Amino acid sequence: MQSEMIKRAKELLASGEVARVVGWKAGEFDYDITPGVFTTAEELDSAFLYNDLCEANLSKYMIAQSRKEGKTLVFLKPCDTYSFSQLLKEHRILRENVYVIGVPCDGKVDVDTVKATGLTGICSMTSDGETVTVKTLYGDSTMSKADAMSERCINCKSKKHVVYDELLGEEGDVVADNHRFDMVEKIEAMTPDERFEFWRNELSRCIRCNACRNVCPACSCEKCVFDNEQSGAFNKGASDSFEENMFHIIRAFHVAGRCTDCGECSRVCPQNIPLHLLNRKFIKDINELYGEYQAGENADERAPLNTFTTEDVEPSIVYERGGKQ
Amino acid sequence: MFTLPVSKLNDLFAAVASTRKLYLPVDDEASGHAEYKVWHEGVTLSNALNTARSAKDFFFPQTENLVDFKMEGKTIEVIDTRTESEDFVVFGVRACDARSFDILDRVFLAEPVDSYYKNRREHGVIVTLACTRPEETCFCTVFGIDPTNPAGDVSGWIAGENLYLSANTEKGEAFLSSVSKLLAESDDEAVKAQQAEVKEILKKLPLGSLDLTPFKPENLLKLFDSKRWKDLSEACLGCGSCTFVCPTCQCYDIRDFDTGHGIKRYRCWDSCMYSDFTRMAHGNPRLTQVERFRQRFMHKLVYYPSNNEGIYSCVGCGRCLAKCPISMNIAKVIKALGEEA
Amino acid sequence: MDLETLIPKVGVVTDIRIDTPDVKTFRVVGLDGNKLFEHMPGQCAMLSIPGVGEAMFSITSSPTNKEFMEFSIKKCGCLTSWLHMMEPGQQITVRGPYGNAFPVETALKGKDLLFIAGGIGLAPLRSVINYVRDKRDQYGDIQVIYGSRSKADLVDYQEIINEWMADPGVEVNLTIDREEEGWDGHVGFVPNFVKELSPDLNKTVLLCGPPIMIKFTLAGLKELGFTETQVYTTMELRMKCGVGKCGRCNIGDKYVCKDGPVFRFDELDELPNEY
Repeated sequence: MQSEMIKRAKELLASGEVARVVGWKAGEFDYDITPGVFTTAEELDSAFLYNDLCEANLSKYMIAQSRKEGKTLVFLKPCDTYSFSQLLKEHRILRENVYVIGVPCDGKVDVDTVKATGLTGICSMTSDGETVTVKTLYGDSTMSKADAMSERCINCKSKKHVVYDELLGEEGDVVADNHRFDMVEKIEAMTPDERFEFWRNELSRCIRCNACRNVCPACSCEKCVFDNEQSGAFNKGASDSFEENMFHIIRAFHVAGRCTDCGECSRVCPQNIPLHLLNRKFIKDINELYGEYQAGENADERAPLNTFTTEDVEPSIVYERGGKQ
Repeated sequence: MFTLPVSKLNDLFAAVASTRKLYLPVDDEASGHAEYKVWHEGVTLSNALNTARSAKDFFFPQTENLVDFKMEGKTIEVIDTRTESEDFVVFGVRACDARSFDILDRVFLAEPVDSYYKNRREHGVIVTLACTRPEETCFCTVFGIDPTNPAGDVSGWIAGENLYLSANTEKGEAFLSSVSKLLAESDDEAVKAQQAEVKEILKKLPLGSLDLTPFKPENLLKLFDSKRWKDLSEACLGCGSCTFVCPTCQCYDIRDFDTGHGIKRYRCWDSCMYSDFTRMAHGNPRLTQVERFRQRFMHKLVYYPSNNEGIYSCVGCGRCLAKCPISMNIAKVIKALGEEA
Repeated sequence: MDLETLIPKVGVVTDIRIDTPDVKTFRVVGLDGNKLFEHMPGQCAMLSIPGVGEAMFSITSSPTNKEFMEFSIKKCGCLTSWLHMMEPGQQITVRGPYGNAFPVETALKGKDLLFIAGGIGLAPLRSVINYVRDKRDQYGDIQVIYGSRSKADLVDYQEIINEWMADPGVEVNLTIDREEEGWDGHVGFVPNFVKELSPDLNKTVLLCGPPIMIKFTLAGLKELGFTETQVYTTMELRMKCGVGKCGRCNIGDKYVCKDGPVFRFDELDELPNEY
């Protein structure tokens, strides 16, 4: 796949159809891949990379890249296309300046997941699609790819691209039978006190680095309220720990109905806070209260939280339909 | 040098904790990380190489109250809320973080001295632990740090079935004598053997040969004007992960918080990677992420050494390598700019 | 002494003078009625209204004034707007003094001095001008070239007319950007005015104003034959915590809070162009 992608990128650069290519760049240890912008065939040859370790969702970069002169080619995995499509719906990306090539993905290997198995000193990590071979300072080992994937890929919601100009490889399908709400259900089953305790514990680790917000394709405000001194919600360091918690809850509210569940927030969190669970709770609630809805799936469809219908639930009905807080 | 069987570690912790707060790296189940926590009966020392957050928090916490104000009509009352810090011991600090305190000292203890920092620094005893299983992201040796011989008030080694301790400062001597009942005198054979063994591993560290020679004050303008900053920073999200997990990043902001009963003026960590870091009423001298990204690395590799006898303000702990959402980091910057120089 | 850097003192605003439509000059003393602290010309102080914020301002009054300190402040942000709404008797908090000063006791001693200011840029220079006027015999010629958008925007206009212009040892040249009724002085921008006046090349220049005015005035001075080693300016707008620790004020490896705010242009030349 990688060589096909490089070939297409070179052709499009050479023909002048695109001025630059957004893809993934090799790092020091196979796993530390950086999103990168390529403008020449030489750069593509020397550093462009696509494999089972390319986790980053590149769609948000297109907000800035699509405003540059000339078209930008971007490679998007199926789940990235949902974010891209949602950004189009929100008029954040100039579609005419982007050339999207959809690339297949059957789940990504996640270095933190591999490290959590106890391996240390990982100098190299490769995947052949079935098995992951890990070379460390202290010896080599292998594991099945399924054991090396993060939860978001294990519970993949779709292998189908919702937007593209061109597709490489075979198109997949929506994964109807995913278990992405299992953990949400577990948290719902907790007592309010247990649930409060669970989130207080998780969120207490927050160092307020804003990585979750800055990586989030749904967080595309030009000026975040938390950065705006005039907003009344300005809050850089927590003056108390409860405020820290509020940051995440307010952020989850703000992306509700727009979050495509790409899982980048949890991937980038340096403190391993399962932030995606907050978003999934909203997705699950929207599904239950307003009918099944997948943000980003359809760029023309109106979002349930932006549309009033006489069928909409009243707050009292929310309570009646199970009263799930 | 003194020694204590590892099986008696709990007794040591209990003895220390009976007189003051003892912090040590503990495995946190929810995050899967090791973090410094207060010891109490039942808490065990983590085997992890290092904590996710650095040890700088002990002296430079993420947020701290500086002063309170009471406002009434046109009058202001300034309330100095400072109190003498409690004595505390941090056990299990690695060599990289131990060096970071020297780097922070040169900022906070330089005139005018920061009394908040100094207060905690004076009341803290640092007991280090030598590394035995470095990670691929470790490159402290590049900065002249020997992870098998960590600094601190007391240096420590866990070799075989024993913990070895050796005091480096007066505070360290006092600490050892406070727990002397538990300790036996010992030679340093076991420690030396372990050091030799770990040094063999250090030779294999993939980032152990990073070349810092281009990063000197004479090259300031040349490095500043490098063409590489643009592509290196291109994917930077402008978040503060690298700065907040960094043991030497010490930039801060001062903010006021209206509690409804008065004003609390607090200090909190700030990040040069944030878009509004240098924004003030007059404007912002660093308008794009390229400039902010460059500031962070120029500060660590050129500006700080230029003002501090060539000492770099990076200790090679590797936290930013492990935590950057886009895997861009100081090692890549050193390599890229080095190639150019 | 426990040098407490971040805990401020309480000051009382005893007098507020309206200078221009957006500049007011505040007179500040301690709770005991005396000056809060001594300073040198060019040094700054951190003023704050708790709950609103703190910000750095150059001390406009001369150290030779033993009774009070003054700050000329332009309304341009949250804190300054608040300050402009104050009434006399209001307490504020003050910490300082911060930064280096114009080298009035060393490099400037005995020199012919040329002060060039634009708009609120007169604020930091006023301290020096009054200092050297009070120690007149220790300095050579004193010339002030000052311009603003309009007559109403000239800061300290009454002091300039009544004291500086009346002082035989001081030459004052004023200019405003556009013609207006009741103004028979020079009209035009400061950089051009400096070139027209073509001041003597052995003068040492203290230059302060908006960045664009500094840029063109410096270019003009160079055209006239001045060298960068003759020209000083102040960068106090880059100061944040005041003590060189918060990490914002650096220009390359120089910290404006510690190495500045007063710099000579040849020193700035060696630094990255990030100011």
